[in-house]
Amino acid sequence: MALDDTGGREFRVVGTRPKRPDGVDKVTGRAKFGADAYASGMLYGAILRSPHPHARIISIDISRALADPSVKSVVTRSDFADGLEGDELDVLENVMASDKVLYDGHAVAAVAATSLLAAKDALALIDVSYETLPFVTDLDEAIKPGAPIIKEGVADETVPEGMHPNVARFHENGHGDVEKGFSEADLVIEKSFITEAAHQGYIEPHACLAQLGPDGKGELWCCTQGHFAAARICAQLVEIDASQLRVTASEIGGGFGGKTTVFIEPVALALSRKSNRPVKIVMTRDEVFRATGPTSSSSMDVKIGMKKDGKITAAQGEFRLQGGAFPGAPMEFTAMCAFAPYDLENVRSVGLDILCNRPKQAAYRAPGSPMGAFAAESVIDELCNKLNLDPIEVRLKNAAKEGVRSSFGPRFKRIGLVETLEAAKAHPHYSAPLQPGQGRGISCGFWFNHSGETSVSLSLSYDGTVSLSVGTPDIGGSRASMCQMAAEELGVPYENVRTTIADTSSLGYNDISHGSRVTYASGLATIKAAQDTIKKLCGRAAAEWGIDEEAVVWEEGCARPSGANAGDFEPMSLAEIAANMGNTGGPISGHFEATPQGAGMSFATHIVDAEVDQDTGAAKVIRYTVVQDAGKAIHPSYVEGQYQGGAVQGIGWALNEEYVYGDDGRLQNAGFLDYRIPVASDLPFIDTVIVEVPNPGHPYGVRGVGETSICPPLAAIANAVSNAAGVRMTHLPMSPPRLLNAISEAKIG
Amino acid sequence: MVDVVLWASLRRFADDKESVEVQADTVGGILKELVKLYPALKPHIDRGVSVSVDGDIIASGLNEPVANDSEVVLLQRVKGG
Repeated sequence: MALDDTGGREFRVVGTRPKRPDGVDKVTGRAKFGADAYASGMLYGAILRSPHPHARIISIDISRALADPSVKSVVTRSDFADGLEGDELDVLENVMASDKVLYDGHAVAAVAATSLLAAKDALALIDVSYETLPFVTDLDEAIKPGAPIIKEGVADETVPEGMHPNVARFHENGHGDVEKGFSEADLVIEKSFITEAAHQGYIEPHACLAQLGPDGKGELWCCTQGHFAAARICAQLVEIDASQLRVTASEIGGGFGGKTTVFIEPVALALSRKSNRPVKIVMTRDEVFRATGPTSSSSMDVKIGMKKDGKITAAQGEFRLQGGAFPGAPMEFTAMCAFAPYDLENVRSVGLDILCNRPKQAAYRAPGSPMGAFAAESVIDELCNKLNLDPIEVRLKNAAKEGVRSSFGPRFKRIGLVETLEAAKAHPHYSAPLQPGQGRGISCGFWFNHSGETSVSLSLSYDGTVSLSVGTPDIGGSRASMCQMAAEELGVPYENVRTTIADTSSLGYNDISHGSRVTYASGLATIKAAQDTIKKLCGRAAAEWGIDEEAVVWEEGCARPSGANAGDFEPMSLAEIAANMGNTGGPISGHFEATPQGAGMSFATHIVDAEVDQDTGAAKVIRYTVVQDAGKAIHPSYVEGQYQGGAVQGIGWALNEEYVYGDDGRLQNAGFLDYRIPVASDLPFIDTVIVEVPNPGHPYGVRGVGETSICPPLAAIANAVSNAAGVRMTHLPMSPPRLLNAISEAKIG
Repeated sequence: MVDVVLWASLRRFADDKESVEVQADTVGGILKELVKLYPALKPHIDRGVSVSVDGDIIASGLNEPVANDSEVVLLQRVKGG
């Protein structure tokens, strides 16, 4: 559904659905994931983890482990850098504990041995003496008077006086006068909400193979969303020069934000340096759950005032997020995104970043935004119900559009929220009748999207085919879309382009594949690199023809004279020019390095139908439609896949997934049997509508699509379930016991 | 002069001002001037901020130009997952 055009440009390759270039590798098992790396003389690493949620390390004795002939090295915190500060110190502290363990599963030591079994056995030979400390794993408990203090002095200067020492950061944004706004409302609703921590749930556990010699030169193969960032932080943590560590990204079996940092990579490097042998570490699923970041859990209070005609007069929220035992819970994004879809005269959002004895949170698709949308959109749904208003009409009445001052400050450029709402309203799903026991939910969602440092190189082969090197790991089909954009610009067939994720020694620095930035930023860089190549191709043709370079244009994959005055020459194809490039000036390649600044913001509207079994509390999503603005869909199948993936992860988060901690402060469900992600039989077909309101900051109009799709589901599903159950659900996940309890309490009254 | 809007919890580090006027023509220049005028803003800016210029969120572009009539809003540093 293209609602605008991109300067009238007719696309030849962009917007089509060619075969994915990694398809054969992945269906035949040829694709190399993190655990598929091997090296001659390789050792196996294993990590000893804390059984306590909070404890002081009194001593670590590694002598018995070192006496085992199969053990070649043992590392503890003293084998890593000293003197780090800020975020880098937090990463190191999470990679390997120093004086205290801060959560169940926190790493305290690691061994490298000649077999995986020997390495795991050797962990039992490391003697750690702990002094256990009081702990807290619930975020609301963590800020009550008397709650155990996890880290003294962690609060930065933003935290107002009088708050509990476990509050690490404080944020506030908004404008207008919310009290005045509430006084003008015909109805004000205030509710509190909770979301539990959910893991990103990627299929591939973290895995790496590291080789680091005593000369400080190293190699690292790992599954990561950002190998350049991995090189940078690993070099800091093991104190080597970043350029001496070459990092190659493997294929990745999902990341969703959870592979934007390092966990095992510095450990493998340190073990390798000490043993002078390559060391491989592959996390178990138990380790993935216990020691890599889930998303934050949240506790939120939202108050919204509305006129009888549906106009929102004021919105206010306090969003408390815990990010484990380290600062960094994305509460500022929750606060900034919760009310972003609406044109509000009076709005105020507060965020608190709270420490608990849980693993350090990691980013998860639009970090922070889904929780805020859940709270805000649930209250809007309740207001619509109470005032007997249509939920899409109310959202249209208040929708943000170009020129509107956002709830977080700036005025919006061209955005497509209204278009997604109109498309949702027109979709057959919205007018389809519901059966008894079923309910429908609507929600909007917002994400900023990101740009970041980007470097791309494109080179021609003698046969006229094209090699494109990018530095952003392909986590969602980006190689296909890069091939399409290069082919589009150069005027060659899609099949003639091969895109490779280059290692860190082959390109300039590239920011991580995060923030829905890859198709936008690496795509823009690919187009620019292709244009740089075209300029050189035109130069070669001009020299051959003996005319000025400016008198040559590039059309349909050929250099041509720009007009009759330029001369009468037969068009010269890319393949013809490439075949002779050695004799006409040498290899031809194009480059682009920059930090693009025009990532367009993105909105979505979701429609969900759910059915609730009043006797068991089981909720099932029976129909789901995603409507989202993609700006321009380069490869529509991948865009639809992102939409569907966001919806499915949202269904899991809303209905089943949660970290469950016991009274002992330990994680109770560190495996997919007890931490239940949705499987195919849990899901309906996820219908998708691609709205295209071009982003003026990209040559083809691209907006990122990977994250916005997970912003509305929690709210849309909660609204559907609440409307089906006849009771407002304010605590996610809406697992059967929780839903049954809410239904029972509502019946009692 | 460029008018720079601060997010609400930042204002107490700038004499409770909702916005601050600075003489600068780039994003980097704005950040330098803010720190010069209000040194208490330095820790926030050193930790990393994004700057919205006429609706484009600039997370890392100190050389990006800014006009006197540009709408400039300081934001928490935008990241993603």
